[in-house]
Amino acid sequence: MSATGATAHAHVGHAGHHELGFIRTYIFSTDHKMIARQFLFMGLFMMIIGGLLALVVRWELAWPETAVPGLSMILTETGGILEPSQYNMAFTMHATIMIFFVIMPILAGAFGNFCIPLMIGARDMAFPVLNMLSFWVGALAGVLMLAGFFVPGGHAAAGWTSYAPLSAVPEYTGVKWGQNLWCISLFVLGISSMMGAINYITTIINMRAPGMKLFRMPLVIWSLFITAILLLLALPVLTSGVAMLLFDRTLGTSWFKPSGGGEPLLWQHLFWYFGHPEVYILILPAMGIASEILPVFCRKPIFGYHAMAFSMIAIAFLSWVVYGHHMFVSGMSPALGMAFTVTTMIIAVPSAIKTFNWLGTLWGARIRFTVPMLNALAFVSMFVIGGLSGIFMASTPVDIYIQDTYFIVAHIHYVVFGGSIFGAFAAIYYWFPKMFGRMTNTVLGHLHFWPTFVFFNLTFFPMHIIGVGGQMRRIYNPMQYEFLQHQQHWNVFITVSAFCLGLGQIPFVVNFFWSLFAGKKAPLNPWNSNTLEWTAPSPPPHLNWGPTLPMVYRGPYEYSSPESRDDWLPQTAPPVTAAGARRH
Amino acid sequence: MTPGLLEAPPERGPVTHRPNGPVPPPPPPTGGGDGPEREPWPRRPALDNLRLAVLFLIGSESMFFAALIAGLFVLRLGQPLWPPPFQPRLPVGVTGVNTLVLLASSVTMVGAVRALVRGEENLLVKRLVAAAGLGALFLVVQGYEWARLIGYGLTVSGGAYGATFYTLIGAHAAHVFGALVWLGATLVLASRGRFRHGRTAPVKACAMFWHFVVGLWPILYVAVYLL
Repeated sequence: MSATGATAHAHVGHAGHHELGFIRTYIFSTDHKMIARQFLFMGLFMMIIGGLLALVVRWELAWPETAVPGLSMILTETGGILEPSQYNMAFTMHATIMIFFVIMPILAGAFGNFCIPLMIGARDMAFPVLNMLSFWVGALAGVLMLAGFFVPGGHAAAGWTSYAPLSAVPEYTGVKWGQNLWCISLFVLGISSMMGAINYITTIINMRAPGMKLFRMPLVIWSLFITAILLLLALPVLTSGVAMLLFDRTLGTSWFKPSGGGEPLLWQHLFWYFGHPEVYILILPAMGIASEILPVFCRKPIFGYHAMAFSMIAIAFLSWVVYGHHMFVSGMSPALGMAFTVTTMIIAVPSAIKTFNWLGTLWGARIRFTVPMLNALAFVSMFVIGGLSGIFMASTPVDIYIQDTYFIVAHIHYVVFGGSIFGAFAAIYYWFPKMFGRMTNTVLGHLHFWPTFVFFNLTFFPMHIIGVGGQMRRIYNPMQYEFLQHQQHWNVFITVSAFCLGLGQIPFVVNFFWSLFAGKKAPLNPWNSNTLEWTAPSPPPHLNWGPTLPMVYRGPYEYSSPESRDDWLPQTAPPVTAAGARRH
Repeated sequence: MTPGLLEAPPERGPVTHRPNGPVPPPPPPTGGGDGPEREPWPRRPALDNLRLAVLFLIGSESMFFAALIAGLFVLRLGQPLWPPPFQPRLPVGVTGVNTLVLLASSVTMVGAVRALVRGEENLLVKRLVAAAGLGALFLVVQGYEWARLIGYGLTVSGGAYGATFYTLIGAHAAHVFGALVWLGATLVLASRGRFRHGRTAPVKACAMFWHFVVGLWPILYVAVYLL
């Protein structure tokens, strides 16, 4: 630290002497804040593609085999009517893009990069060049993934889980290079996320400002730390899995093909061994963001700081021993299924600790209903619904009935949209002033939040109903099944809500770009928050602070402390002396 | 003044001594974290950034190979006979000797780091060259054996035996090659005298990764060749 501190000071001394060119500032930047913005823009761009794919899927389910508006230009030979193979491609790529190229880049990529150095009081990441490489390798993965739409045979169409042997033999889906590109892209993304994770962990362990002890770190840093460990250890398993899948498809190996002595179930094991930690990779940063925003707008300390940190550690640990609950119907031994049921149920304990701590934070507070706070509250409430529906599927007897139905789709969207995306929106509204130096528009923020919240529930809650009613996932035309026809009106309702949900994002886009260029200049600390990033200028310059780093004297959530006349007490405020006066 | 932009650590307040000892600490904070105590000061990390990062890299790579080895065991437990009949046998003897070659490179690497710590630069370069040479020899022998196996008809597409063999051993060979490139770069820098004055972390980090790829090999040798 002393050596790095010395070099950082030397850099500060030279900072005024040379200006970096356009390319070094905006494209191949090693500044963690610019890389964070790059990740954010990448994620938001991919969100548009993933969202449009979802609307295509919804249209097909509500009005099967009719022309999708706007698609007649792309699908000229059918006049806009989706073919079954194209429908498969749409839902596969919707999930793949949303998980790997929207939520991971925004939550772990953008806010990981932005928050970690600023909130622990570091000038930059431990390895800035590695950080830049992490983004550009990730962007390459994104380009490879998008390239799959343009190859003959179409993109991957075996679901985002790409179960073998459906995905392992090109003849089964008729997809040749699309699935190969899917594998290559995820392999490349694995390398990118490994570089990012190593950087995050090293930075958090070694680069904290003086006085920033582990249990003085903001909870969002705790969550990103744990997320990075999960990324570091879970992604390589997927990486080796997709490498095997790619070899099966291109070199003729038989890892997953029974014809050559392979084992299709091996893919499910590898995939879900990665896949379950992956869902916590998606939700943990959002949990951290909510834990960060709730105390600020409640003007109260977080309830149970240590319990929050330890419950995240417990969730991360348990995420390694529950993956079998994705495979209850794969012919697993009932005794093993029972074991996975129990471990999965245990996850409810740390999750409930977190939920009750959030409620404890809200209890009795005079809440400021700002736009980031509304999104954080939406996160908490939607996460509770998503978490409770998860308990249904943790239980083997129930899961055998509801597996592969829309109940599962409802659950995943309640945790991933209701959880992670609301967390991402909360984070964008909360840190936008620091990130871009301008305030977002509150009216547009409300115009974005309320339709999103309402139509989110109208879209995804009825999916529980049609799921219990028997509607399967990934079917092209529900009207083909007599027992599903009586609930087709729900599919129409969901689709109309989904389109309204899509339209509800327009105020966000307008707000984002309008505020970026014409928003009110952001003050240093617009939310009167305690954490270190608000002591740096908005937006923070290269190397974040002036010649001296902030010093940390206290925990991050000392709101309404009796020690202070204000209702906030920054982490940099020195302790009160025996005489009772705070010394500056 | 703006909170946070402290120019210097604030000086301590006047210590009013009491008969029973110093002033009691201020009341505990209400907002999480542990209590305020003495002036914050930059910590000395236990391990420098580079070696810490390589440690996590090794953790990540271990999971990668754990998945591959788990895949191998799942596949072979599904087969009635392993190795399957009518397939060429793997060269256990030659590869055993080759294992010793790779292990020897790790020993020379230990010697290289020892020379580095003692500041004996010529010895460092010599031992790094020896480690890299042994590693390269390992790769060459492996490549030669691969070529012979392909000649005998063990192909990647001929079934689970060839598929697992080439994937696992190929993944390891790729890692040895990568570590060799890293070692070569370190060697060039060492010969230019870049690791003087206690700047030892890059060599040590490189040595850590080298020990990892070497230490991985006996596990793969037992799992793929012997069992």
